[in-house]
Amino acid sequence: MIPIDNFLVLSAILFAIGMYGVLARRSALLILMSVELMLQAVSINFIAFAVYLSPETFTGLIFAIFVIVIAAAELGLALAIVLRLYRNRQISNVDEADLMKW
Amino acid sequence: MTYEEGIFYVVAVLTVFGALGVVLARNVVHSALFLILSLLAVAGIFLLLASEFLAIVQVLIYGGAVTILVLFAMMLTRVRDMPRALNGPQWPLAAIAAGVFGGTTITAVLSTEWPGETDEATVVSIEEIGNVLFTNWAVPFEIASLVLIVALLGAIVIARGEEGE
Repeated sequence: MIPIDNFLVLSAILFAIGMYGVLARRSALLILMSVELMLQAVSINFIAFAVYLSPETFTGLIFAIFVIVIAAAELGLALAIVLRLYRNRQISNVDEADLMKW
Repeated sequence: MTYEEGIFYVVAVLTVFGALGVVLARNVVHSALFLILSLLAVAGIFLLLASEFLAIVQVLIYGGAVTILVLFAMMLTRVRDMPRALNGPQWPLAAIAAGVFGGTTITAVLSTEWPGETDEATVVSIEEIGNVLFTNWAVPFEIASLVLIVALLGAIVIARGEEGE
């Protein structure tokens, strides 16, 4: 079958792409989508370790489920904040939300 | 190369292609559509990792709910006047940081000897996951539902705004 290295390398590539998106993009929504990509990479890593290295306890699978739950909660809250920001100040880019910048 | 590896490479290339589309597309709606492609391809990766449950959850939550939510927010916050740069001025630094991180991680993965059985994925049945989730992980499970309800209420309160607005 497929060696575990393939999954881990894929996960590293996905995480790096998501990291680039988070650091480079200006739009809050694009940053959120890149965060989702990074969370996906983490899930792949968790599941790969669970099914290859410790299939008796498969803790990684449970953690992947919790990652999905937290990602859903995070996305809901973050989108509410984005909507609020747009309605109050008509901006959707994070570098324009500089009211608290010293 | 076995046929499983062939399938893996196809799905992996789809995943990476979708992810690159998300971070490189010039149009935010295209980014969201690439995100759907990437997330569904990740569901395929989960299937190759012999965890059908996670694949189903992935398609339901990410393929369905999350992308619809993102597109919905995108339509509500569309800034119509003047096309603006989607990338900040710091993007070359971001590319360097991501490249260094990815290179380091891949080198670390390839130079590590993984203990145990690393050739064969073990199938974990949905029954087993359910049993463990409601015995060993019952408290975190309940806390997760609490987190979800708090996030739901918080999102409603934040997005609704004050009275008389």
